[in-house]
Parts: sequence; C-alpha cells; structure tokens
Amino acid sequence: MSGKDRIPIFPSRGAQTLMKGRLKGAQTGHSLLKKKADALQMRFRLILGKIIETKTLMGEVMKEASFSLAEAKFASGDFNQQILQNVNRAQIKVRTKKDNVAGVSLPVFESYQEGGDSYELTGLARGGQQLAKLKKNYQKAISVLVDLASLQTSFVTLDEAIKITNRRVNAIEHVIIPRIERTLAYIVSELDELEREEFYRLKKIQDKKKVIRAKAEKIAAEKKRLGKLEELAASNNIFDEHHDEDLLF
Amino acid sequence: MTMHSSIKGKLIAVIGDEDTCVGFLLGGIGEINKNRQPNFMVVDKNTSVSEIEETFKKFIRRDDIDIILISQNIAEMIRHVIDSHTNPVPAVLEIPSKDHPYDPTKDSILRRARGMFNPEEFR
Repeated sequence: MSGKDRIPIFPSRGAQTLMKGRLKGAQTGHSLLKKKADALQMRFRLILGKIIETKTLMGEVMKEASFSLAEAKFASGDFNQQILQNVNRAQIKVRTKKDNVAGVSLPVFESYQEGGDSYELTGLARGGQQLAKLKKNYQKAISVLVDLASLQTSFVTLDEAIKITNRRVNAIEHVIIPRIERTLAYIVSELDELEREEFYRLKKIQDKKKVIRAKAEKIAAEKKRLGKLEELAASNNIFDEHHDEDLLF
Repeated sequence: MTMHSSIKGKLIAVIGDEDTCVGFLLGGIGEINKNRQPNFMVVDKNTSVSEIEETFKKFIRRDDIDIILISQNIAEMIRHVIDSHTNPVPAVLEIPSKDHPYDPTKDSILRRARGMFNPEEFR
C-alpha cells in the first residue's frame, strides 16, 4: 500500500483534472453514503425498539390465547382432531407492500380476511361462546404476529443494507480516496519533474547558443582583422568589389 | 414475481404442538392446497427432528408462504436450519408454546441484534 497502489494513468494535465474530478466525486459519494447509513441506522434502532415491544406484547397475547384454548376445551370437550381434519381454505392471508427507506425497500406484511369461517359450526352443541372468544384471541395473536413478522423482515433487510452501506463507506474512505490521492500526488510529482527537465533543457540550449555565438563572433573578428590587413595591402579603392558582411542583430 | 405476490395473498404456516396448531387453525390460517399439502405441522413427542427439518425446509421452499410461525421449543431442535435461513422472506417467527415460556435470548433474530443494545431492554 506504500504509494504503489494507484490508478494506472499517464501523468498529464488532463489526467490530473480527471483525477481531481474523481476525487471530488468520491468525496461527494462518501458523504451521501454516510448520510444514507445514518438514516438506515436510525430506522434500524426504531424497528429494534418496536420489535422488543411487540415481542413482549406477543408473549402476553399468546398467553391469553392459550388460556382461552384451555377454557374452550373445558367447556366443549376435546375438539383438536375435528379442527385438524377440517382444514380447507385459509381465512386470513397476508399480502406484502413495500416501504422505502433511503432506497432500501422493506417488505411490510398486512393481514386480511378472505372467505368465511370454516369452523362456524364448531362448538355449536356447547361451549360456543368460549370458542368465539378463543377465535378472537387467536386472530388477535395472528395480527400481532403479522406485525412482528414485518418488523422482523425489515430488521433483517435493514441489517443487510446497513452492512453493505457501511462496507461501501469504508471502501471509499480507506481505499478509493487514498488511491486517488496517491495517483494525484504521483501526477503532480511527475509533472514537476517534467517541468524541471524542461527548464534544464532550456538552460542547456541557452548555454549552447552562447558558446556558438561566442565562436561566431571570434571568427568574425578574425575575419575583420584579416580583411583589414587585406585592405591595407590593397587599398586602392574601397568601392571596388569588397563587400561588408551583412550585419544581423 | 413481486407483482404477483402483491396481488395474491400469502399464507402463514405453523409448526407447533397440537394445541398451538389448533389455536391458529381456529384463528383461520389453515389451508390445504390442491396437492393435499397442509400449511401447518403438528409436532408431538413421536415426531423426529429430521421430519421437522424436512417440513420446515419445504415451507421455506413454498412460494405461497410468507410467514412461518414455529414454537420456540421446536425451533431449538432445528436451530441450525433456522440460523442458515437468512433471507427476509419467508419470515420465521418464534412463538412461545403453551408449556415453554418465551426466552428472548434464544431467538435467532434477537441474537443477531445482541451487542447493539443491552439485554436489560428485554425485561
């Protein structure tokens, strides 16, 4: 992880802007995900509280229901087999709806009645009232349990979603952003290096030019001297054929 | 499939002792489908653990069941199967049975939640 792990990219100005954009994007994504995680966590706590509440309620409701079963049995004798054999269609069913929390869809169960009671005639001879009470108690228990089921399902789904979100947040924070930063540092150092090289190259060229110019001047001076000598030697007419070299500044 | 499930009502399945099952059947959740498969299972002292496991797995596979109620003492017997079921649907709910008081510390879901809050909140 020591500076080695970076995005393979050619260090150039363009790449630098690209990386800067990416870094900005990663930071925005990080803060957004963090917000999402917080929202999920909040919901999670809420559901946890509700689950505990409902579980206690369920304990009470179930106790009451079992007690009324015993009462009904006392009143109308053992009817277990009769009930177990007479099952046909479900009267209470559940349907699912979706609840959306920060982009996570949570299933919500909802119970509803469908069709008639298939045990209408149970307890007709005796204990009818106890049986009616028993049915009511168990229906109450079922509705509590359905509530609990939605809470529990939400709990599991949220748990999973929170884990995933936290993993993403951590990945961005500890892997992606450092990697982009390393890449940026690499690009900057590489660009600096190029700049230094360029500077050095320019200096070198200037030096070379200076040397060349000095040499040329020397030759010119020599020539001038020679020319003068020649001039002195044959100074008939300066307009004859001698040309001065063009002066270039 | 989601469209389908939101339109058609789903069932609640029960695995428990005779009295628990009878109670919920009277509540009106019992159904026997076309293949004569009930959505409940009566567990008595002669029922083997592998039978319970088999039924539980069958209920999980059935796509018309959304909630599975299971007595906690029976859930204890097949705890490993319940713990390996991690999908949110169908939801597995542990209910107190008639002669076993409810123990929140054994609940698969609440065990997962442990550590996030103190156990005092249970009481």
